[in-house]
Amino acid sequence: MADVVVQQGRVARTSGTRKRGSLRNALGHKSTVAFFLTLPLILLIVLLVLYPAFYSVYLATLNKAMTKFVGLGNFTFLFKRETFWMVVKQSCIFAITAVVFKALIGFIVAHFVHNIPGKKQRKWRGMLLVPWVIPPAMSTLAWLWLFDPSYSAFNYTLSFFGVGPIPWLGDTFWARFAVILVNVWYGAPFFLIMYLAALKSVPDQLYEAAAIDGANWWQRIWYVTLPMMRNIIAITTLFSLIVTFANFDIVRILTSGGPLDTTHLFATWAFQVGIQSSDIPLGACVSLFMVPILAVAAIFILRDVTKRGNEA
Amino acid sequence: MADVSLRKVIKRYDDVEAVRGIDLDIADHEFIVLVGPSGCGKSTTLRMIAGLEDISDGDIMIGGDVVNDVPPKDRDIAMVFQNYALYPHMTVAENMSFGLRLKHYPKAEIKARVTEAARLLDITDLIDRKPKQLSGGQRQRVAMGRAIVRNPKVFLFDEPLSNLDAKLRVQMRIEIKKVHQKVRTTTVYVTHDQVEAMTLADRVVVMNKGRIEQIGTPNELYHKPATRFVAGFIGSPAMNFIPCRLEDVAGKLQIRLTDRIAFALPPARAARYNALPRNDKLVLGIRPEHLTESHAHLEPGIETFDTVLDVTEPMGMETLVYFGLEGTPVCGRVNPNAGATDGAPMRLAMDLNNMHLLNEETGAVL
Repeated sequence: MADVVVQQGRVARTSGTRKRGSLRNALGHKSTVAFFLTLPLILLIVLLVLYPAFYSVYLATLNKAMTKFVGLGNFTFLFKRETFWMVVKQSCIFAITAVVFKALIGFIVAHFVHNIPGKKQRKWRGMLLVPWVIPPAMSTLAWLWLFDPSYSAFNYTLSFFGVGPIPWLGDTFWARFAVILVNVWYGAPFFLIMYLAALKSVPDQLYEAAAIDGANWWQRIWYVTLPMMRNIIAITTLFSLIVTFANFDIVRILTSGGPLDTTHLFATWAFQVGIQSSDIPLGACVSLFMVPILAVAAIFILRDVTKRGNEA
Repeated sequence: MADVSLRKVIKRYDDVEAVRGIDLDIADHEFIVLVGPSGCGKSTTLRMIAGLEDISDGDIMIGGDVVNDVPPKDRDIAMVFQNYALYPHMTVAENMSFGLRLKHYPKAEIKARVTEAARLLDITDLIDRKPKQLSGGQRQRVAMGRAIVRNPKVFLFDEPLSNLDAKLRVQMRIEIKKVHQKVRTTTVYVTHDQVEAMTLADRVVVMNKGRIEQIGTPNELYHKPATRFVAGFIGSPAMNFIPCRLEDVAGKLQIRLTDRIAFALPPARAARYNALPRNDKLVLGIRPEHLTESHAHLEPGIETFDTVLDVTEPMGMETLVYFGLEGTPVCGRVNPNAGATDGAPMRLAMDLNNMHLLNEETGAVL
């Protein structure tokens, strides 16, 4: 649309007002108009993304008192700390496990919801979205009570079966299990809603064609549903991976990184090191480590999306 | 290859009966077209034969076996959908071979069948493309190719040409006919376009409101329609329906259209209609091609009358003329050189040898 308008403007102009200025000439260029139209967004990104990003790079090169330039000193210091490598490992375990389960649960539940007829479906969709719309800080507090070792509903229920009490947040394994569980509970509805939308966009006739071609239930999912959904799956997974990797609130509220820092993620550890221990440069350094890891994931997943975008 | 039979097939959606007890026998190798307006139950009938819809009552037999509870994949049928339903992520060859691959045919045989079908449909060059890179007509060919490679007992077509433009539709119609002449598979074809039905079918099934109105060859339906619905549905422009009554004048039977216009019936027609009560409300059915310009040497049974034309539509090889008979709009087809002009008086000739007489209440052709 913009092209057409600009072209028409140019034609109209040639006859009369050629003298009136370079500004008009400049505006006549498509790229100039495009630049001005996107300027508000560019300013926002500069202000809210680029400036903090470069500022944190700058911070990461200072000493603890923020008085001296130390170059890569903070980074080499981090590499030598065992806790740092544990955070890397836990962040990867947390993000990958949680995303896989969110995707699986979202996919399965989306199929169930997709097959519920009409009005009922709207009710179920609404109910299943509840975890996602509650502010996570609040819902995590509720989970904190559920995980309480002495008075919690979980341990009380389990006691009837002769199990427990389980130190949900006091033991490394169970604490990691708990933070992942809460993250899955919170994030699965997002996958559900994305997959449900994707399912609805697959034409029924493709399934009918597949049914006539002889595909059974599983083959229909494998040869029709999944290929038709793969762009959505890729984008949703990437998006969720980023958000999960950078998670802060759930871990902060449930375990504060404990026991013995074993549930720390980059964000919570950066907070602890930078804010609570007043070493802002080191905290900035920790948070910067998320960038290369997520960038690699983004490149891999999005490369496939553009490739497939051309065929669908 | 197989015959298909429907026995009192009924389809109910909640309280609504979409298909109301259909009986139909389709012979081996036959090309049957189900035609009717939207909502007449033709697509539902096809989908019941395919197994995509359950039947509420009755029996469907393919090759003599009742297949009511047999899933689509085990009915040995192939279907071509209106929007082609090609798998967008597969190439043309993969689309065509999908069914065979699922049934674990040997690779060599799959390749041979796909190559043969592609040759038959003239899509050999497109075999490695994705559906997105194909035009509508090419996609339609691929969809037919997918049906042909399976070598099924029955082909089912669900309005396969509706998404194509008019020119391509005519072209593909001929292609479909050619393909059927080569493969001779029993075919059930659904369309709302009566021209498609007439041109393709060995026999046409005209459906209306969930029932079969008439089954017959295209010529039978055109020349001997059983009901007013069939008479009006088949043929374009549609048959004219003019209120009339029979009367006896001087021992001869004549048909009165208006106070001014009445014609003596030709002997064959008079004999046929003589037993009818004289006061019944009747309808004269006459096709536009039997309402032409008058000329000097008229054959027996062709009667003339004067009228004033409302509108004329020159079509090139003929001119359509529209006029009114006591408020009833009537269409005729005249020679383009007959001098028909808008608003001008004209003498027209009605060929009563080809007239139909219908009961106004029941719609039955008498």
